[in-house]
Amino acid sequence: MAETHSLQDIRQQASVAAKVFIQRDYTNGTMCQFQTKFPSELESRIDKQQFEETLRMLNNLYAEAEKLGGQSYVEGCLACLTAYTIFLCMETHYEKVLKKIAKYIQEQNDKIYAPRGLLLTDPIERGLRVVEITIFEDRSTGSGR
Amino acid sequence: MSAVMVSRKVTRKWEKLPGKNTFCCDGRVMMARQKGVFYLTLFLIIGTCALFFAFECPYLAVHLSPAVPMFAAVLFLFVVAMLLRTSFSDPGVLPRALPEEATFIEMEIEAANGSVPAGQRPPPRIRNVQINSQIVKLKYCYTCKIFRPPRASHCSICDNCVERFDHHCPWVGNCVGKRNYRYFYLFTLSLSLLTIYIFAFDIVHVVMRSVDSGFVSTLKESPGTVVEVVICFFTLWSVVGLTGFHTYLISLNQTTNEDIKGSWSGKNRLQNPYSHKNIMRNCCEVLCGPAYPSVLDRRGLLLEKPGTLAIQLASKTSGLELQIAKAKAAAFLRKQSCDDAEYSGPSSTWSSASLKERVSTVKGRSPIAKENGPTPKSKSINPTETISNSKEQDPTPKEKASALKERVSCSKEKRQSSKEQGPPPKEKASAPPLASPDDLTDTFLEKERVH
Repeated sequence: MAETHSLQDIRQQASVAAKVFIQRDYTNGTMCQFQTKFPSELESRIDKQQFEETLRMLNNLYAEAEKLGGQSYVEGCLACLTAYTIFLCMETHYEKVLKKIAKYIQEQNDKIYAPRGLLLTDPIERGLRVVEITIFEDRSTGSGR
Repeated sequence: MSAVMVSRKVTRKWEKLPGKNTFCCDGRVMMARQKGVFYLTLFLIIGTCALFFAFECPYLAVHLSPAVPMFAAVLFLFVVAMLLRTSFSDPGVLPRALPEEATFIEMEIEAANGSVPAGQRPPPRIRNVQINSQIVKLKYCYTCKIFRPPRASHCSICDNCVERFDHHCPWVGNCVGKRNYRYFYLFTLSLSLLTIYIFAFDIVHVVMRSVDSGFVSTLKESPGTVVEVVICFFTLWSVVGLTGFHTYLISLNQTTNEDIKGSWSGKNRLQNPYSHKNIMRNCCEVLCGPAYPSVLDRRGLLLEKPGTLAIQLASKTSGLELQIAKAKAAAFLRKQSCDDAEYSGPSSTWSSASLKERVSTVKGRSPIAKENGPTPKSKSINPTETISNSKEQDPTPKEKASALKERVSCSKEKRQSSKEQGPPPKEKASAPPLASPDDLTDTFLEKERVH
């Protein structure tokens, strides 16, 4: 019976110990990039390489979304010619990449962060300002009786 | 068994957004509070074009070419589309910081400033960042409790921080920022063209008619022309001037706000770090850049407090039915507080099918994690142990079953929703385990994504 308990029950019983906020990195301008500096609060929870890899991937995805290139120009011009009504039926390139990012974060949470008692929140839910990492309290054996 | 209907008032997030914006069409339209001048703009454009189509076009279509009114119609539709797009869209509003984020930033500021002696004013909250070898100061916004990104500014009329803030335009009834700047520019450009077009063809029409019937009688026959000419004359100077000014700003990749403040005027060797130093590239970036999405989730759903829940029982309730009703409500609340505490939507789909798999994976990992832990303190969450140890939290079998059912159906629902999640509730981030099903007075907020 214990195994069919929803993991949300476990999450509920595991309270939030702390939250870390990874800030934006503005060294390349207003492009959406996050700092890859490893926060000290996560030292005991996750490998530095792993964390930096996640953030680097996220930064690459956002760079892809905001890339100024042939595709964005074509999309912009086509949209202008149709008085932007084309966006009523078509998804923008940025929105497509945001979906990819959401999927990637979910994957990372499932595979890497959740087993370590961490949770990444999609930056879009915080206005693309921060990457919020929730650190859950560690429940060692014997506690909670 | 009687049917238990829990009716809840569903509100969308736009209803609770701070700031002085007004929303229409259930959150799809976002404007500033004062819309009077916007209505004037709309009236002037539609009125002038209506007069043009009524007085000039019949004559010109016959005596010149039918292409004249056709092109005017296309231009008119484009102008109105751009105006509505500028006025109704989110200019790039930054959502305010949630309490935890605000506290985190405050702590960082205090750590950076150190202790301030009593009586002394604390130093201004500024962060310096280097952008393309230029030092840019990021100011702290006391209203939104964030350090404003570069080029963002707080609009006092709308009471929001807006990204790449250009200016607040009363003529369009909205701020002009990152997301709607190109629409604003195309509006002014197309309006200039429309004004010049109407003005030119008014003159042509008057000249052509005067040749036949004389100047005074022409004016008497089409009084609309006089009105149009007067409006166009005054509009020309302002709108064409504005278009020219914004063309200049775009070529330098500057905002009106920066221009007014003289941020990159060259004083103190301050150069614009955002400019590509190439006019074409700057224009392409501003006008043909990516279409940024709105980070304000206006149409997401918010659930009201359980205190306002009206639990209606279809028939007389026995003790057992009441218990079932309470258990369902508790399971529902537990699910909401779970959503509060951690993840939401697609990122939190712990489907019942993969539960066993996940639990065994975690079980399998925990001894390994303990061995590989970098510090002696590192532990992993051991869910099975947690479950077996939490005796006092053990719900009754009925509650367990109903809780599981709720959760599975909810996770199925969430898997179906494919769009992004909105920001989490503003209230407490951590959800304490619910003590009893009777406790229905906790405050909670739920978010759901709606297609």
